Amino acid sequence: MQTARFTAVADHALLISFGDQITDAAHQMVIALDQALTQAPPTGMLEAVPAMVNLLIDFDPVITDHGAVEGGVRALLKTLKPEALQRATRRVQVCYEAPFAPDLPAVAQATGLSEDAVINAHLAGDYQVLMYGFAPGYAYLGGVPGAIQVPRKPVPVRDVPAGSVIVAGPQCLITTLLMPTGWSILGRSPTRVLTDDPHHPFLFDVGDRVVFERISANQLGPVAHG
Amino acid sequence: MADAHLSVSFAGPLVTFQDGGRHGLMRYGVSASGPMDRLAFDAAHAALGNPAGGTGIEVSLGGLMLACTQGDVTVAVTGGDFATVHNAAKGRSWQVLTLKQGDKLTVRAGPGGSWAYVAFAGTLQAAEWLGHSATHAGSGLGGGALRAAQVLRVSDAAVRADREGEVERPPLQGDTAARVVIGPQDTCFDAAAAEVFTTQPYTVSDAYDRMGMRLKGPELPLKGALSIPSEPIVRGSVQVSGDGVPTVLLADHQTTGGYPKIATVISPDLDRLVQYRAGQPLRFQAISAAQAVVIARESAHQRHVYLDCISIARGTLEQRLMRENLNHGVVFE
Repeated sequence: MQTARFTAVADHALLISFGDQITDAAHQMVIALDQALTQAPPTGMLEAVPAMVNLLIDFDPVITDHGAVEGGVRALLKTLKPEALQRATRRVQVCYEAPFAPDLPAVAQATGLSEDAVINAHLAGDYQVLMYGFAPGYAYLGGVPGAIQVPRKPVPVRDVPAGSVIVAGPQCLITTLLMPTGWSILGRSPTRVLTDDPHHPFLFDVGDRVVFERISANQLGPVAHG
Repeated sequence: MADAHLSVSFAGPLVTFQDGGRHGLMRYGVSASGPMDRLAFDAAHAALGNPAGGTGIEVSLGGLMLACTQGDVTVAVTGGDFATVHNAAKGRSWQVLTLKQGDKLTVRAGPGGSWAYVAFAGTLQAAEWLGHSATHAGSGLGGGALRAAQVLRVSDAAVRADREGEVERPPLQGDTAARVVIGPQDTCFDAAAAEVFTTQPYTVSDAYDRMGMRLKGPELPLKGALSIPSEPIVRGSVQVSGDGVPTVLLADHQTTGGYPKIATVISPDLDRLVQYRAGQPLRFQAISAAQAVVIARESAHQRHVYLDCISIARGTLEQRLMRENLNHGVVFE
C-alpha cells in the first residue's frame, strides 16, 4: 500500500499524492481512492479530479476545511482494496488506412517494423485510462507497447481532426477537437469520447480498460470525410 | 410576456455567452468556465431580480454594440469600470437601464477593468453543452462567442423600471495584494522562489485570456530540470513554465498539467485579480491554508449580504418620491 501525502491547495482543495514518479501502484491507489470517494464523498466535497499519481478534492470551504477532508480521506484509505478494482472495458474502433494514418510510415521506419506490425502492436496494447486533461474529453491512455513507442515530434502539426488516434511514448489518445499536436497520428476513430449522450457524456471513466478494434475506411463512414 | 430581439452590431474577440459555470466535470478534462469575474456576473442578475446563474454576456476589452430590434427589455451592465453609451447617453458599468425597440447600447473599455457583464430581465437564449451555456473559449463548446449580425433572443423579456439606475459596486477592496497559499509544488523551486514571488512586484503581460494570465517579473527558477507527472489544476493555480515565468490559470484552465505550481490564488481574490489589465502592477501575499478558509468564509458571507442588498428593487421614480414623502410625513399633513 502506497503512503498518502496531503497538500492544501488554496482555500478550497486538497491534493492527495501517492508518489512522485508514475507507477502502476501509485495510479491504482488514485483509482481506488477515486472510486471510494464516488461511493462515499466526504461532507462538503464538490468534485474529485484523478490524475497520474495524485487526486485533487475540490470542496466548499464554507462547509468544510482541509483538515476535515483529510480526516475523511484517511478513514477511506483504511478500507481501500486497490488490487480489487472494478474496471469497465470500452471498445474503440480505429481505421489505420491512408489518409487517416499519416504518421504510420514514419513510426514504422523509426521502430524498424512493417506498417502492419505497428498496427498489430497497437491493437495488442493493454490500455488503461490514466486521466483526462488538456481539453474537454482528452483521455490519456497508458499501455502503448514498448516496440512502437516513439517520442513527440519536435514541431506540432496544426489542425489535426477530431477522432485522430495519436501516440507519444507510452501514451495514446483519441482527440475530441480540431487541435495542434506533436504526437504521431496512427489512425482515425468513429468512436466518440464526447458522446453527446446526456446520461453518459464521456465514454471513459478514469481507470477503464480500452480495447482498439481495426476497421476499414468503408466502416469509418462519413465521419472520416467531415 | 413577449420576446425581445437584440442584433449584435459589433462584438470584439472573447465576447461570450456565460452562465454560472459547468461544475463537477474536471475529471473529464472540462474546466467549469463561466464568468471570469463571478461576483460582477452575479451582481448583474441580482440587480435585475433574476435567479442566480442564468445566461448573460461576458464583454472583453474588445467591446460590444447591440441594437434592440424587437420588444423592450431591462438590462444590467456590471463589472470593472467600462464605458456605456445608451443611444446618446454616456454612462458607466454598474447600472440598470431599459432598452426600447430601436435603442442602441454600446459597452466598451473604460478607465479600468478587463471584463464586463450584460444580463437581461428575462431568459437570454443560448446553445448549451452538458446543460450549460458557459463558453469554454478554447473549444467553443457551450453558447460560444458573439458575432456581428447575430440576433440575441430574450424570452419572457420584462421592463423593470423599479430597478433602473445605478447599481452599488461591491465593497471596495482597494489595490491590495492577491493572497496565495504556497504550493503544492513549491519544493520543485529554488529555496528563495516562494519568497521572491510573494515579495517582488509583478505586472500583467499581454498574454492574458480566459485560460490564464501570464505575468512579467522576477523569474522563478526551477530546481534542476524537474518535470512532474501531470496533475490536477484549479482556477487560481500559479504554474511556472520552464523559462521561470509564472501564469495564473483562470476560468478555462486545463484540468491537469505537468508544469510545477508554486502557489494558488485563493478564490475570494480571483474576481478582483481578473479585472487587472496588461501592464498593471500587482503583488502576491502568502497566507496559510487555515487563514485562507477563514477569509473564504468571511468573503462568502459579505458576498451574500451584498447581493441581497442590490437585489432589492429601489422602486420607480414615482414610488421613490412617494416613499420620501411618507418618510417625511408630508402627504398626511
